[in-house]
Amino acid sequence: MKKLLLPALLSVLLAACSSTGTDATGSAAVEDRSSTGVATVTAPGTAGAGMAALTDPNSILSKRSVYFDFDSFVIKPEAKSLIEAHARFLVQNPQMKMLIQGNTDERGSREYNLALGQKRADVVKQALMLLGATEAQIESVSLGEEKPRCDDASENCFAENRRGDMLYSGEF
Amino acid sequence: MLAAFRLLAATVLACLSLAAHAQLSIEITGAGASRFPVVIPVFENEARLPRGVTDVVRADLERSGLFTLIDIGPLPLPESVVPDLAGMRGRGADAVLTGSLVPQANGSYDVRFRLFDTQRQLELGAMSMPMTPAQNRLVGHRIADFVYEKLTGMPGHFSTRIAYVVKSGPRFELQVADADGMNQQAALISREPIISPSWSPDGSQLAYVSFEQKKPIIYVHTLATGQRRVVANFKGSNSAPTWSPDGRQLAVVLTKDGRSQLYVLNADGSGVRRLASSSGIDTEPAWSPDGQWIYFTSDRGGSPQIYRISASGGGAQRVTFDNAYNVTPRPSADGKLLAFITRNGGRFQVAVLDLATRQTTILTDSARDESPSFAPNGRMILYATEVGGRGVLAAVSSDGRIKQRLSVQAADVREPAWGPQIR
Repeated sequence: MKKLLLPALLSVLLAACSSTGTDATGSAAVEDRSSTGVATVTAPGTAGAGMAALTDPNSILSKRSVYFDFDSFVIKPEAKSLIEAHARFLVQNPQMKMLIQGNTDERGSREYNLALGQKRADVVKQALMLLGATEAQIESVSLGEEKPRCDDASENCFAENRRGDMLYSGEF
Repeated sequence: MLAAFRLLAATVLACLSLAAHAQLSIEITGAGASRFPVVIPVFENEARLPRGVTDVVRADLERSGLFTLIDIGPLPLPESVVPDLAGMRGRGADAVLTGSLVPQANGSYDVRFRLFDTQRQLELGAMSMPMTPAQNRLVGHRIADFVYEKLTGMPGHFSTRIAYVVKSGPRFELQVADADGMNQQAALISREPIISPSWSPDGSQLAYVSFEQKKPIIYVHTLATGQRRVVANFKGSNSAPTWSPDGRQLAVVLTKDGRSQLYVLNADGSGVRRLASSSGIDTEPAWSPDGQWIYFTSDRGGSPQIYRISASGGGAQRVTFDNAYNVTPRPSADGKLLAFITRNGGRFQVAVLDLATRQTTILTDSARDESPSFAPNGRMILYATEVGGRGVLAAVSSDGRIKQRLSVQAADVREPAWGPQIR
């Protein structure tokens, strides 16, 4: 979004600057309109073909979390179909970007958990790339134990917090 | 545009920091085996001050666990007069501090004080320093440092500062306070987590990891001005900053080339270079005080253990062997001890390794200890732990005898870092 806003903002700023210096002689450069083709660019996060599925509760694409066992960064078989669906979506929508956030439960060193969360995010990224998504589309980062979805010190909570979340542009 | 954004950010921070917060309260939960009995009467003219000096000195010394205070009543012992040392000895005191505040023309004072040994009947030292009435705590900490050093032979740590993170609801605050928990101020307020604060060797800056951009990014923050700069924001995660002893470089953990690996960069963020490479996680680097080594945590051997590597690179040497989970190495300022966290039968506890004898001692009996850091004199280790499901700070002496707890009402406190001694 930043990339699209900046040129727009710049042109506004430039227009503001140039207006003071422009005289009425009509000597301002005229845009070259000889080429009439128009390439449509869909800004990241814009609802387009298939985008609705990302938030449709009946679509597998609305599911974003991949869960892990304690001290593990191995993707479990039950996460396979979810990862395949998101990989397909990324391949079909090359303009879409994804941020994968790896999370851990609260036990142990914060920095070590940050590294463990990174490993979880990385394996999800690698799985998506094996299925055709590109390096440029995906950034894997870690939140470690810092953003628990569940706050109790119980095994159920720990399990809920050991996960990687797949977020699309506009969602983070 | 950037300037406008900075101004906006500064305004937001300034507004947010107006919200008052309960300060750290310190509770002593264990004391030294033998304690120096000392007499510290009120100073001459001290009653003229709105807030006292000697009560700060007494509180510091008492909290250290190394002194007991003998009360001889409300009368001052002026600095100009040698006290009745035999009489003091008779009351059980080993040492006496006398002092006077000499009023100056501009409303400030000259604080003069002397310390006497009652057993050997001699003066141990004398000092004077200027003070304004508002500097009562600062001067009190300095006098406590003087008494501590004269009587224990080790420098005091009372005029140092600590940094820590307070989480209350959805709000995170990076705070800085005096070592006694007073005078706390928020350096950064955020709705996203802040972790791993690390003091620059001159005490003027903190490096830390903030998640305010929805991912871990390393900042360096100048405390006096609030000016911040991003020093590492690479693709992936950026974390675990610690300063080189000369303050010119930071060791950090980046994942830009894949796994969490160690890098060194200049304090302005330039000149990034890889320090080590392993097939596993490398994290939590910490420089040895002589700048020669970098201690770090790695799971390259299967479980997280502490290793060290030459600061110029090369092969890593394993440092810990005892348990299956040893993390967060933090050396003492003299380089002789290494504090770390060990998992001991399912409990995470503070341990200290004597680097010369290779002897490891577990210092705590708690279960959720994290983030140890030494006081500049190596005497105490500050760490985070959990009491009743709430994060608190605690400190333990490096021999395990003296224990203190620092907590904030109704909030989680974590990620402490003891600041350097500024001389």
